[in-house]
Amino acid sequence: MTEELHEIRLHVNGTSYALTVPGRRLLSDALRHDLGLTGTHVGCEHGVCGACTILVDGAPMRSCLMFAVSAVDAELTTVEGLADADGSLGPVQQAFLECHGLQCGFCTPGFLTTITAGLRDNPRPTHAEAREMVAGNLCRCTGYQNIVKAVERAAELGAGR
Amino acid sequence: MKPAPFAYLRPRTLEEALEALAANEGAKVLAGGQSLVPLLSMRLAAPGMLVDINALPDLGAITVADDGVRVGALARHAAVLADEGARRVQPLLGKALRHVAHPTIRNRGTTVGSIVHADGAAELPAVLRLLDGWVEVASVAGRRTIPAAELFVGPLESSLRHDEIAVSATFPGLRAAEGVAFDEVARRHGDYAMCGVAALVRTEGKQVVAARAAYLSVEDVPTVVDLTAALADGVDTASLAAAGELALAHLEPVADLHASAAYRAQLVRVLTRRVVEAAHADALTRQGVAA
Ligand SMILES: Cc1cc2nc3c(=O)[nH]c(=O)nc-3n(C[C@H](O)[C@H](O)[C@H](O)COP(=O)(O)OP(=O)(O)OC[C@H]3O[C@@H](n4cnc5c(N)ncnc54)[C@H](O)[C@@H]3O)c2cc1C
Ligand code: FES
Ligand code: FES
Repeated sequence: MTEELHEIRLHVNGTSYALTVPGRRLLSDALRHDLGLTGTHVGCEHGVCGACTILVDGAPMRSCLMFAVSAVDAELTTVEGLADADGSLGPVQQAFLECHGLQCGFCTPGFLTTITAGLRDNPRPTHAEAREMVAGNLCRCTGYQNIVKAVERAAELGAGR
Repeated sequence: MKPAPFAYLRPRTLEEALEALAANEGAKVLAGGQSLVPLLSMRLAAPGMLVDINALPDLGAITVADDGVRVGALARHAAVLADEGARRVQPLLGKALRHVAHPTIRNRGTTVGSIVHADGAAELPAVLRLLDGWVEVASVAGRRTIPAAELFVGPLESSLRHDEIAVSATFPGLRAAEGVAFDEVARRHGDYAMCGVAALVRTEGKQVVAARAAYLSVEDVPTVVDLTAALADGVDTASLAAAGELALAHLEPVADLHASAAYRAQLVRVLTRRVVEAAHADALTRQGVAA
């Protein structure tokens, strides 16, 4: 039996892409393998680690817990969409660079998308709120101290404005 | 870790969705996918068809009336948590939803989906059960209402038939002289709890006239225990401890990877004391009575 395929369009970082996928294609895999947007990382593939977090109509969601066919009506933003138009780093990225908020970088795309949305909703987080903002993402090597510092630095850089 | 193949349908009307479910024995509803997709990816489930309800109209509403909060099937946990009217009419909703996973999961997962998923470790099934709420379900045969007391029949098993879609869940509102509280203990922030307790206390003056608590993650299904008898003579250290023992007399804590039965029993004691005391204080505060 050949598997049924669906012709769909995904709207990612302002570009509309046509792709043909089976119903079971995870959104994370569609981004990485079908569209070549490998900035979105895949760690646990069951919603726990946060590496695959992207923005769906502006809200952070786990792309490993969505099917590509279910994302057709949404505007998607991946880490590739966070840099400024001229290719220079966006404020959250800049803050990670300044604060040494990444080491291997595996978890980083998920943190960047999550914090981008978090600071949009709360541009001046307290220290506790900055910690809470990243509580749903796992980092196995940098440690969270510098990541929390990066949240606060990104707020200073005006990421939420 | 990839799901097995399935046929995928994205209906635009409820009728179309219900007909697809009726015609395909092996079909499953896809809502937020925050429980279903991991099960598919780990191949713990392999339905022949998914009926995606995310494109159905009108299911996202959160309707607030004085007697309760009706949450539509596509209302995400985050939307319910952010709804001021819902939090006002039934404050227990906000108190419990804060403990459901992380904000990112709440952005996609639905409150109704979490209820019909019927996980004994989930917060919202216990809340619906405590408040004696209900779900409204639809099928090609028509609509029916299932009271919470008849909804949770076993581990991850609700009394919905396979061809039914839950269109809404209704949480009765807080009434005069009532107070509510919620707390849980989890290994890590955002994890499923090892034990959680929701309590509803009704008072006359400072006197407790009714006290019930719902327990999650203690048994395979959410369990409600009436604690009024332990608290009828006042709320103090001794009567709160007695309430914990009364709860344990009605519960059989399970043992699993995360906690032994004895540890869960201890959490029942500690959380019963803490949560019932807080619900009592909440009832008094709302009436302007000093505790
Ligand atoms: C990392 C992580 C942590 C989590 N932590 C918690 C937690 O602490 N507490 C908690 O309560 N939950 C937790 N969850 C689960 C989350 O709350 C889910 O959103 C919820 O359990 C299911 O809702 P859903 O909309 O995602 O349903 P889905 O995953 O789409 O569906 C779940 C099941 O319900 C059925 N279903 C869903 N909606 C309907 C409907 N309207 N009619 C008929 N059938 C339906 C589906 O067929 C499926 O069998 C967690 C999830 C993840 C990934
Ligand atoms: S890969 Fe999606 S949360 Fe880990
Ligand atoms: S930077 Fe290596 S896991 Fe976070």
